[in-house]
Amino acid sequence: MRWIWIDKFIDFESGVRATAIKNVSLAEEHLHDHFPGYPVMPASLIIEGMAQTAGILVGEARNFEEKVILAKVKRAVFRREVRPGERITYEATIDQVTEEAAVTTGRVTVEGEELAQIDIVFSHIDNNLSGLEFPKENFVFTDDFKSLLQSYNVGRGK
Amino acid sequence: MAMTRDEVYSKVKEVLVDALGVDDDEIKENATLIGDLGAESIDFLDIVFRLEKTFSIKIPKGELFPDDILQNPEFVDQGKMTAKGLAQLKEAMPHADFTEFEANPEVDAMPSLFTVKTIVNYVTHKTAA
Repeated sequence: MRWIWIDKFIDFESGVRATAIKNVSLAEEHLHDHFPGYPVMPASLIIEGMAQTAGILVGEARNFEEKVILAKVKRAVFRREVRPGERITYEATIDQVTEEAAVTTGRVTVEGEELAQIDIVFSHIDNNLSGLEFPKENFVFTDDFKSLLQSYNVGRGK
Repeated sequence: MAMTRDEVYSKVKEVLVDALGVDDDEIKENATLIGDLGAESIDFLDIVFRLEKTFSIKIPKGELFPDDILQNPEFVDQGKMTAKGLAQLKEAMPHADFTEFEANPEVDAMPSLFTVKTIVNYVTHKTAA
C-alpha cells in the first residue's frame, strides 16, 4: 500500500505548477486519535500532502527519472484547523530545479481560505551525497505509483 | 552597480537567518556554517539557491562549496589533504581563508573553511564581476 495523502490532481502544468485536492473524512482512523472527541487533520500530514503534490510535480519535470526525496521543509506556517468534511487544496509551484535539487513554494487552502504556506527543498539523491549508493530502481516513483498517476492525467502532457 | 561588501554582508546574513533558522546575532564573519550555525548538507543547496535569487547570480555546482575534491584519492591520504589536494582546494576556493586549515589540513577540519566570510567574499567577488 502506498502512503498517499492527496486524492487527485485538478491541475497540472508540467515543470511549473500543480494543484491537488484532499477530502478529509471521519472514516480516516487517525482522526479519532487526533484528537479524541475533536478530530482535526494533523499538520504533519498536511505537510506530507504538499510534499506529495510538489514532489510529483518535481519528479514529472524530469520524467520520473530522478529519485526525488524531501530534504528540508523550508517553511511551514499554519493559520487554521481542518475538520472532517472539509476539502484541502494544495497548490505547488516550482521555484528552482537543477541537477541536484529543487525548491517549491506551496499554498494550501480550504474552501478558498488560506490554511498554510509550505515551502520545500527536494533532493535528487543520485546526484547528491556523493559516494553513497542507492538502489538502481526508482523506489520513489515505482510503476504502481506511476500507473496511479496516469489516472490523474499526470505525466502525459509533455 | 556593484554592491559594497557591507551590503553583501547584510543580505548574506538574511539568507542564513532564513535558511538555517538562526538568530541574526549568531551570525559573525568567522562563524562556521556547520560547527557554529548547525548547517547540514542539504542546507548548502538551499543556501546556494537563496544566494542565486537574492543576488541574481548563477552559482555553478562546486564553485562556492567544492565537494568533489575529497572524492579524488590523489588529493586525500590517510584523512589529510595532500599537497596537491590542498593546492587544488585553494584554487577552487579563493574566497576562503586557509590560514588555520593549512597548518593541519585534516579532511575533518574542512568544514572550518566554510564560514560566513567565505560566502561574503565569494558573493562580493561574483557581483563585482
